[in-house]
Amino acid sequence: MSFPWAKHYEPTTDVGKWIDSRLPLPRLIYDSVGAGYPVPKNLNYFYNFGVLAGVALVVQIITGIILAMHYAPNTGLAFNSVEHIMRDVNSGWMLRYMHAVGASFFFIVVYLHIFRGLYYGSYKPPREVLWLLGMVIYLLMMATGFMGYVLVWGQMSFWGAAVITNLFSAIPIVGDAIHTWLLGGFSPDNATLNRFFSLHYLLPFVIFGVVILHVWALHIPGSNNPTGVDIKGPQDTVPFHPYYTAKDFFGLGVYFTLFAIVVFYLPNSLGEPDNYIPANPLSTPAHIVPEWYYWPFYAILRAFTVDFLWVPAKLWGVLAMFSAILLLFFLPWLDKSPVRSNTYRPLSKLFFWILVVDCLILGLCGAKPAEEPWLRISQLAAAYYFAHFLIILPIISRIERPLPLPKSISEAVLTNAGHSVEAARAAVAAVPQPAA
Amino acid sequence: MATDQAHVSAAGELTESGERRRDFIYIATGAFAAVGAATVAWPLVNQMNPSADVLALASIDVDLSAIKPGQAVKISWRGMPVFARNLTQAEQDAANKVAVSSLRDPQTLAERTKEGHANWLITMGVCTHLGCVPLGAGEGEFKGDFGGYFCPCHGSQYDTAARIRSGPAPTNLVVPEYAFKSPTSVTIG
Amino acid sequence: MGRLIAFLAPFAIGGVFVLALIVGALMPRDAVTPDATKAHFEEAKHVSFKSDGAFGTFDRAQLQRGFQVYQEVCAACHSLNQVAFRDLAALGFTPAEIKAIAKKNDQPTIDEKTGDAATRPGLPSDKFYGPYANDVAARAANNNALPPDLSLMTKAREHGNRYVYSLLTGYTNAPADWKVPAGLHYNPYFKSINIAMPAPLTSEGQVEYTDGTKPTVDQMSKDVTAFLIWTAEPKLVERHKTGFGAVIFLLIMTGLGYLSYRRVWAEIKYKTKKGEVASA
Repeated sequence: MSFPWAKHYEPTTDVGKWIDSRLPLPRLIYDSVGAGYPVPKNLNYFYNFGVLAGVALVVQIITGIILAMHYAPNTGLAFNSVEHIMRDVNSGWMLRYMHAVGASFFFIVVYLHIFRGLYYGSYKPPREVLWLLGMVIYLLMMATGFMGYVLVWGQMSFWGAAVITNLFSAIPIVGDAIHTWLLGGFSPDNATLNRFFSLHYLLPFVIFGVVILHVWALHIPGSNNPTGVDIKGPQDTVPFHPYYTAKDFFGLGVYFTLFAIVVFYLPNSLGEPDNYIPANPLSTPAHIVPEWYYWPFYAILRAFTVDFLWVPAKLWGVLAMFSAILLLFFLPWLDKSPVRSNTYRPLSKLFFWILVVDCLILGLCGAKPAEEPWLRISQLAAAYYFAHFLIILPIISRIERPLPLPKSISEAVLTNAGHSVEAARAAVAAVPQPAA
Repeated sequence: MATDQAHVSAAGELTESGERRRDFIYIATGAFAAVGAATVAWPLVNQMNPSADVLALASIDVDLSAIKPGQAVKISWRGMPVFARNLTQAEQDAANKVAVSSLRDPQTLAERTKEGHANWLITMGVCTHLGCVPLGAGEGEFKGDFGGYFCPCHGSQYDTAARIRSGPAPTNLVVPEYAFKSPTSVTIG
Repeated sequence: MGRLIAFLAPFAIGGVFVLALIVGALMPRDAVTPDATKAHFEEAKHVSFKSDGAFGTFDRAQLQRGFQVYQEVCAACHSLNQVAFRDLAALGFTPAEIKAIAKKNDQPTIDEKTGDAATRPGLPSDKFYGPYANDVAARAANNNALPPDLSLMTKAREHGNRYVYSLLTGYTNAPADWKVPAGLHYNPYFKSINIAMPAPLTSEGQVEYTDGTKPTVDQMSKDVTAFLIWTAEPKLVERHKTGFGAVIFLLIMTGLGYLSYRRVWAEIKYKTKKGEVASA
């Protein structure tokens, strides 16, 4: 919100002026997502995913509140209440599938959003806090998703809860106490289910609050862009409305179309059949697998099979799994390159794509049973993951030679239109700059 | 101004103030979005209406064969009590003797029972004053001065046709929708 | 000093994790004995049902036949505790027929006078409770095996539709290299090969169909599987119908959205020095 050429909100109606002088909410909207917020004009479709994530959150909250009107958070009733929703509640089947599929779509969109940030250096100064808030949102999403899945109280709900809460007992000295405290007992039971329901209802609103901080933190420096070069003047930007409202509306159309196809035609494709079996504490499923958005971390957890340096393998797995997420918080300080965008960082770009492939491999391994050859592949893929962020990035960000950067966004845009760099520079120079 | 020219922000022609003309495509898109929003909103509201299992219990069959003349039973229907009473001839006569115009809520016994089944008095067991369950249906319960039902909460008294005779209740006990399936069984609701 | 630690810490931490993983990767693996169960296991047969695909629907006549097979064969041991008798209206049964079906299926209750466990005839609002009072009784009657509830079976197994059909038609004699324990039966479509349930559909004509369809074992298996697809997903047809409308609507709306987007952006991106427009 520090662009001098940004349009200013001028209420024209009496009602508008009355509200503006008492609680300037329309002004806030105008300044943040209206015609008063300048945005780089060269954003590509990878910049749609933030808004899509926000919409996905709203869809989850609305469908979730409605489902909570019909769900019973008690071990004797939960599974049947979900079937009651599917069979007897008006449009219940649709609401349940929207919520379950919606969670997967929320994660798809957030992963694309995160990888966009990794590629274009959106975590670099002055956007470090923006990145940290995003990581907090991601952690909250993982907790919320995990607890939501338990609420069904199917076989995978129960055994997934058993496995994940068991991880905490790997912590030395206090592990067992924490484990019992989390469960409210000695194995997942009614106490666990009830508190997971309470927290599952609460956390999305916490996420919503952090999202507001996240957008606020973004609007201070303004959006990054595919060149990574800062905004120099009005020729580099367009007002958010109508340009990005129009583009986001189109993006939403694509999102909802894909969402509808899965909800109405492939609703169980991203789930596990075992969760249609009521939970049985006396019978373990052949393969315990979490939902697909946890698979890479599940692979990392199970990749540690040897006791190493006096630390038992189980504890290594737990430490590594949590570290894999926590190291992302340090990314702005691990990657020291003054160049933001991988467009101009050929070495970093190469390793970025290796990372993408590596994460997909880890995801595949997380879905498979913990046997060969998946175990060895997990170990090598996990090794690359840690090496990438903790060893490779710190080194190459200091030694690589980036490509020459464009002088401005406009220059890059006009160059892309098929003109020479000189002609582009001349075109940009011909535009009068506002007084600095 | 050069700045405006550098990023002409209109599609189609500009009006004098430089604002965008409302193109048909925007109106069509907006209309579609509005219709979509309304279509999605309906299931979100309708899900709060009674679900199929609740609607299935909206109607119950009651077997009256075990109720002897002079006896009554309490039935649970839609979560509320219903009194099914087999009136004796004496009770029917007592109800018919009352001058209808003197009643707070004028109704004859015939209006409150089914043709050919004048002995079967089926009413809600909910006092029309403030909703308590009156006494008189169970074996040995106090039936009040008029031989029908007595509400202990504020003293409303109903006669053998379950009509309000004294006390604060404004109207007679409600007769629910019901029909005889056979001489000894009714469907309520 | 702090700077130095901050610089070295990532390498140390990363190095430790990488080393632990590489050591684990290099460890020799124990010899794995080949799993005989996996060797005998067969993927579900390929079979299609009217409900398959985006335009799938239910064949009411088939569902009624399948229900008849369930009632006459499967209901002896298996419950359908998510399905209410009133749900059978979707198969085309009249309220009177539903009442009659319900009456034949007892429900647990307590004796009004003594408080002892008792049974009462079912009402349309009741569910297919099954023949056993509880799991203990079910196991006692079946050599300690628990006949699972079938309401969700086609969603509770990998490729559930094909799985149920394959299981029912998949009973064969055990090959020479496989020993079937006493009381169990060989079925390669079952995950652990030895299944407690004996082949339920063994001979043609086990169930007499009233609509003239030939009741071969294959036909009965298909019909009861189709019925179980319905019990697991009674809203399938409604879901497909709603989806069709929703996707068509959204495709149009997305198209309009795209046109609007292009309109809004028409002159923005590329403007040459001469003032000519070269849009995206």
